[in-house]
Amino acid sequence: MIWRIDVFPKEEVSSKGLVSQIRDLGLKGDFKVFCRKVYFVEGPGNEADIKTIAQSLLIDSVTEKYSYHKGLFSKKPDPTEIIITYNPGVSDPVALSFEKAIRDLSLEVKNTKIARLYKFENLSIDQIKDLSIQLLYNPLIEHILEYEKAARVESLDEFLGQKYKFQLVEVDILNADDQRLKDISTDGCLSLSLEEMHIIKEYFAKRKRNPTDCELETIATLWSEHCGHKTFRGLIDYEEKNSSGDIIKKTSINNLLKSTIMKATQEINSSDCVSVFHDNSGVVKFDKDFNVCFKVETHNHPSALEPYGGASTGIGGVIRDILGTGQAAKPFASIDVFCFSPWHIAYDDLPLGLLHPKRVMKGVIGGVRDYGNRMGIPTVAGAVLFDERFLGNPLVYCGTLGLIPKDKSFKKSEKGDLVIVCGAKTGRDGIHGATFSSKELDEKTVFLTSAVQIGNAIEEKKVTEAILRARDLNLFNAITDCGAGGLSSAVTELAGEHGVEVSLEKIPLKYSGLNYTEMWISESQERMVFFAKKENLDKLKKIFQEEDVEITVIGKVTDTHKLELFYEKNKVCEIDMDFVLDLPKLKKKAVWVIEKEEEANLPEKTNYSEDLKMLLASPNIACKDWILRQYDHEVQAGSALKAIYGIENLSVSDAAVVRPDLKSEKCIAISTGINPFYSDIDPYWMSALAIDEALRNVVCVGGALKNTFILDNFCWGSPQDERTLGGLVRASSAAYDFSTYFGVPFISGKDSLYNEYSVENKKISIPGTLLISAFSVMDNWQGIISANLKQKENLLYVVGFTKPHMGACEYFRHLKVKEGFVPRVDKLTAKKIFEKLSEAIKKELVLSCHDLSEGGLAVAIAEMCIGSNLGANIFLGDVPKDNDVHNYEVLFSESPTRFIVEIAKDKKEKFEKELKGLPYGLIGCVSEDKKLVVYANESEEIINVGLADLKEAWTKTFEEFR
Amino acid sequence: MQKPKVLIIRTAGTNCDKETEFAFHLSGADTELCHINHLKESGSLKNYNIIAIPGGFSYGDDLGAGKILALELMLWFKNELKSFIDKGGLIIGICNGFQVLVKTGILPDLDFTQKVTLTFNDSARFEDRWVYLQGAGRRAQGAAGKKPENIWLKDLPEIINLPIAHGEGKFYAEKAILDKIENNGQVVLRYADTKKSSNVYPLNPNGSLNNIAGITDITGKVFGLMPHPERFMFEYQWPSWKEKQVEPFGLQIFRNGVSYFK
Repeated sequence: MIWRIDVFPKEEVSSKGLVSQIRDLGLKGDFKVFCRKVYFVEGPGNEADIKTIAQSLLIDSVTEKYSYHKGLFSKKPDPTEIIITYNPGVSDPVALSFEKAIRDLSLEVKNTKIARLYKFENLSIDQIKDLSIQLLYNPLIEHILEYEKAARVESLDEFLGQKYKFQLVEVDILNADDQRLKDISTDGCLSLSLEEMHIIKEYFAKRKRNPTDCELETIATLWSEHCGHKTFRGLIDYEEKNSSGDIIKKTSINNLLKSTIMKATQEINSSDCVSVFHDNSGVVKFDKDFNVCFKVETHNHPSALEPYGGASTGIGGVIRDILGTGQAAKPFASIDVFCFSPWHIAYDDLPLGLLHPKRVMKGVIGGVRDYGNRMGIPTVAGAVLFDERFLGNPLVYCGTLGLIPKDKSFKKSEKGDLVIVCGAKTGRDGIHGATFSSKELDEKTVFLTSAVQIGNAIEEKKVTEAILRARDLNLFNAITDCGAGGLSSAVTELAGEHGVEVSLEKIPLKYSGLNYTEMWISESQERMVFFAKKENLDKLKKIFQEEDVEITVIGKVTDTHKLELFYEKNKVCEIDMDFVLDLPKLKKKAVWVIEKEEEANLPEKTNYSEDLKMLLASPNIACKDWILRQYDHEVQAGSALKAIYGIENLSVSDAAVVRPDLKSEKCIAISTGINPFYSDIDPYWMSALAIDEALRNVVCVGGALKNTFILDNFCWGSPQDERTLGGLVRASSAAYDFSTYFGVPFISGKDSLYNEYSVENKKISIPGTLLISAFSVMDNWQGIISANLKQKENLLYVVGFTKPHMGACEYFRHLKVKEGFVPRVDKLTAKKIFEKLSEAIKKELVLSCHDLSEGGLAVAIAEMCIGSNLGANIFLGDVPKDNDVHNYEVLFSESPTRFIVEIAKDKKEKFEKELKGLPYGLIGCVSEDKKLVVYANESEEIINVGLADLKEAWTKTFEEFR
Repeated sequence: MQKPKVLIIRTAGTNCDKETEFAFHLSGADTELCHINHLKESGSLKNYNIIAIPGGFSYGDDLGAGKILALELMLWFKNELKSFIDKGGLIIGICNGFQVLVKTGILPDLDFTQKVTLTFNDSARFEDRWVYLQGAGRRAQGAAGKKPENIWLKDLPEIINLPIAHGEGKFYAEKAILDKIENNGQVVLRYADTKKSSNVYPLNPNGSLNNIAGITDITGKVFGLMPHPERFMFEYQWPSWKEKQVEPFGLQIFRNGVSYFK
């Protein structure tokens, strides 16, 4: 029997938040929305049990009350009332907790299901229908419970899957012609090219049999762009042309990754690198006991479809990368970087099938917030950038750092090891296409390569605790996470050098009905795979049981060099490891045309106060404290410099600093560099500038290049497009050039290609975007400095040379000026500037330091003022620059490798001595007047803005979100 | 002299346990961090002087903040907890731990009946920010003759800073109950500005009635608070530590608990 319990506040009030979101949709009038929680319980027979459940578990007796009845509906509900619940097969973490709690009460329970009820007043049925789909639920994972269908439901089993009966499926490729091979790939969502299908056909032809569906899926997964990085590891014929079309460079690249990014790391050959580019994250030395590891992932397509679920499983996935490094690392900090479309687009102007950018932004931030906060891993830093081209394809970068004991930094495995899966049960979530059952969405949605997964942070938190306990008792030898491809890629890669046998029927399932292939490729979240010796199994079970985590032995490591899968003793897969792990190299063509850049030469204005305020209010620059404050950025108590800090004042840091182990004094500065806009002129410089920016940011807080390491995350359009791929080649070669120049090695990276979508049959590709994430190991927290001004009358210097680098800069993009030179990193001085400034900071000569980035000098000094409630007087005449530079260029140029530093008067000589031979200028001083005043080259006043006005400009942009 | 023994209880979703343990360790206590499942099997509360329930999202706060852990404590440890309190043990519940203490009904009246709650922030979302808190140094003035003993907040100035990080921290109770705990002097920590209690957002970050950030039971031994003292053990954790050095107020709270037994 099913019981339904509705929980609602004693005094029901209309939800202010929802009403305002509905108003955003353009609906007017005096309407109201009331929300209730609805619980369905199957199992307990009598009313008394239901009352106990409601009173002890479901209501907050101070503020809430409840009602209950038998069945899903007691009567046909009013059409102004809707109930939303998860689709069959979508896991619901709250239901699992609910069932546990019912059992704690010693009551019986068979199934539960949880729903949300919304009741509207003064809105029409059509309006409710429209706003529901726009705001309240996502049909990929949820649906409206319809009275007509649900009233008859007698058991919640109907929401679960059907029983599965084994049947081996073979795919006839031996007799397939080219068209048929293509169809097999397309229809099966395999994303295998014809060339690859031929290679597979040949492999099975030799064995005189057809592949099973499972074999084909496994190959497709491991050969996918996501797992195999076909483009980066493949062959590229590259041509570079000048603006008149002459070929100026022609080269064949065999493995772009190895010939640029990994090559840089090899050449730098840092003794601090422990394990780079072959584990789930890059590992470098930290202190005498621990190494530190860092990984950054993207989760763009899932976030476009289901922002909340996509982003939360993005952060969940990268946390598992850390957990799956070596023999497991402990995550201690996360970062998040997002690229969204500006959110002011009217709902009516939104192309069909795309979510509104506001919903994307709120969903993504909410997903990272809820998952990260529940995991107890502080999200300490990040960035958010806006461009229209991210409308259908937002970028969601999630990164996590971990600490790993030195002796646990590498995996070990040998024949006979048990293959163990732990964590969540396996469901149908995340099987490609499986959740995209709706035909309509098929037509509307641009990319269907990855289905939506639902995260359960508490499951992952439990898994983390259990694994770290087991690790410290040496109970397992190797571990990896189930990410893309689920068990198929995790087990195959982990056992690659030996061979493995897996009995698929042993995999614990969320519900029945999955076939053997689905079990194998499902991307259900919160699962890890590890190898352990048989003699440790009992100890493992005890720990995992205490942490409430399921572990199951599903197979064992062999020495056959084969991947062998069974379902109830039926062999469903036998492939050679060498074949499945050795990707065919496909050739692609790439071209880049270097366009000529021209100076804009705008007329000079007499006053730039309004321009500065406009820039401070730009979404790319405006204060995003409202995002960071939603993240628990202080959990684990390691926060030594916060990205947003201050109690009375609002200050920003260039990097966050974390002390990951309270028993060690060492700290880690974490920063990012990203600016996709430069890609529109030249991805080479975009890439160089991202590196420069990330390094500037760690130097600003007290980090030094020699202890700094970087990660690359390329998000690019389709590599099938020659120009797009040409841009990627250029960006990669800059990554090599500047990593080696600065002597800062890459330790890990990832690429996400095919970031594009169609609107009215027109393809829109994102700007080629490289995120550089940097971290710097610092000896202790005493060496940290912050960016806000410290004391009146202190001296202000600009370090670094200012050129008219206005191409794609924030100022010009606001003025819609297309001309201008893209900023270029100056190899003659950049490295020295970093090193000397770090030296000056180490010698305690510097009181505050802030880098010059978007919005240039003017924005940087304004931010330093706002953060301190102190003013400044600045003289542009003393900024190191060429003579003929315009005032607007000195103010807003985005030349790299520049800083503003604050120095006490008595440190002047020492500081200048430190920077001898480098471009620097004493440009002004801190003042107690609460305003920023800037004097031009010829000493006339061109900016004069009070601090309150600066702060207002900087904070008002996101007021509606604050 | 023997060090006081502190039990830190954790469960699925607890996430401030290690730093809470570290804070007690720094304050000179012997600590034991224990999963509730382990405690259910073999544990007893007899050998401890202090019990701490740290912050986090126990069981994901799935059926309400702290709800399931509260249920487990009630079902398995009600009598043990009663005798622990009767014998003079101290209890501190921080953030999610405070939510657990009110949902078990240990706070405010030690009678295992829920009377007050910590509900959704007025802002309707999770926020991590530093706040000013008043009431630490001076005792809140209770009208009833018997006032809670000032155990946890000794030797602190009237206004201190600590960070809060929660989505459900709005203290709420019906008027009669609120009046009673006020009269008893059980409200020991209020959101404030630099001088006095304040109800202006974000100074009062969640809309708590009477700006309540922390309360004790009538004896002063059981202390629940939304702010996180374990996040202010070192000077560099204070947001503007590069401008001004401030005593780590949080650590003092743990020291107070430990020194009560010395």
